[in-house]
Amino acid sequence: MDDPILLDETDRRIIRATQSGLPLVPRPYHVIAEKLGLTADEVMARIEDLIEFGIIRRIGAVPNHYKLGYTANGMTVWDVPDEQVDVLGKRIGALDCVSHCYHRPRYLPQWPYNLFAMVHGRSREEVEAKANTIAGLLGEHNRAHTILYSTRILKKTGLRIGD
Amino acid sequence: MNYTERAIINGLQGGFPVCERPFLAAAEQLGLSEETLINGLRCLLDNETLSRFGPMYHAERLGGALSLVAMEIPAADFDRVADQVNAFPEVAHNYARDHALNMWFVLATEKPERKDWILGEIERETGYRAYDMPKLAEYFVGLRLEV
Repeated sequence: MDDPILLDETDRRIIRATQSGLPLVPRPYHVIAEKLGLTADEVMARIEDLIEFGIIRRIGAVPNHYKLGYTANGMTVWDVPDEQVDVLGKRIGALDCVSHCYHRPRYLPQWPYNLFAMVHGRSREEVEAKANTIAGLLGEHNRAHTILYSTRILKKTGLRIGD
Repeated sequence: MNYTERAIINGLQGGFPVCERPFLAAAEQLGLSEETLINGLRCLLDNETLSRFGPMYHAERLGGALSLVAMEIPAADFDRVADQVNAFPEVAHNYARDHALNMWFVLATEKPERKDWILGEIERETGYRAYDMPKLAEYFVGLRLEV
């Protein structure tokens, strides 16, 4: 599923040109095309292919959750049986309150958790209520869990990819 | 926040069209004019209600490596280690969290082999272990914030 797909230099130039965002003009794909010396049709066709291949997850707005009042962001982490993690992960990922949900490795003894679900809330109480919903869904498969809140942003830059 | 801003935030978290006049097409869906949508987006980006507007890329499918890394750093060394870690341009986000593993950062590299090299450098420079937690499976990625 995550095999790299071969991109050519034109794809990479389009990726670089759109990494910081789309131009806010009536014909944004035409502006990108002009900048790169391509036709707008080619830029649009390639972007559609990148979406098709899953290289572009989606095109849209990324809300700044702090500004929207979602100031309590809890990384909820769960120790569930490895044989169950895929089934449970899909169930947890389908919850509206979860923005990211992954299976990650444990490091015993200090880190027993193998299922990560990022939960956003306006308060820690809200995050905890949502974590209780997750705990309810996991039932007896939940052997241990905790919530890690971010206390300080040490660095936040966009991902630099396609360079 | 007014009706227009709310409509833009709730309606444009994904699915922006690829066509000649995409803002016009999206605006029609939201019951707005093209100009109102473009100006509204510009305002929301300027006042940082939105952190970005455009395509979201799937880093691993571009052939790179993306990982979450955790470290356990004593308070006295925390700021020094944060500076050393943040100095790598491949470190995209770094958060302090309330746990024994108190530093969590995302490492994004163009080439998978570079990830291990950077982790080795970070351990050597800081003197602390870096716990590499790459995703083994992804079940959901998206943001569904209602305002």
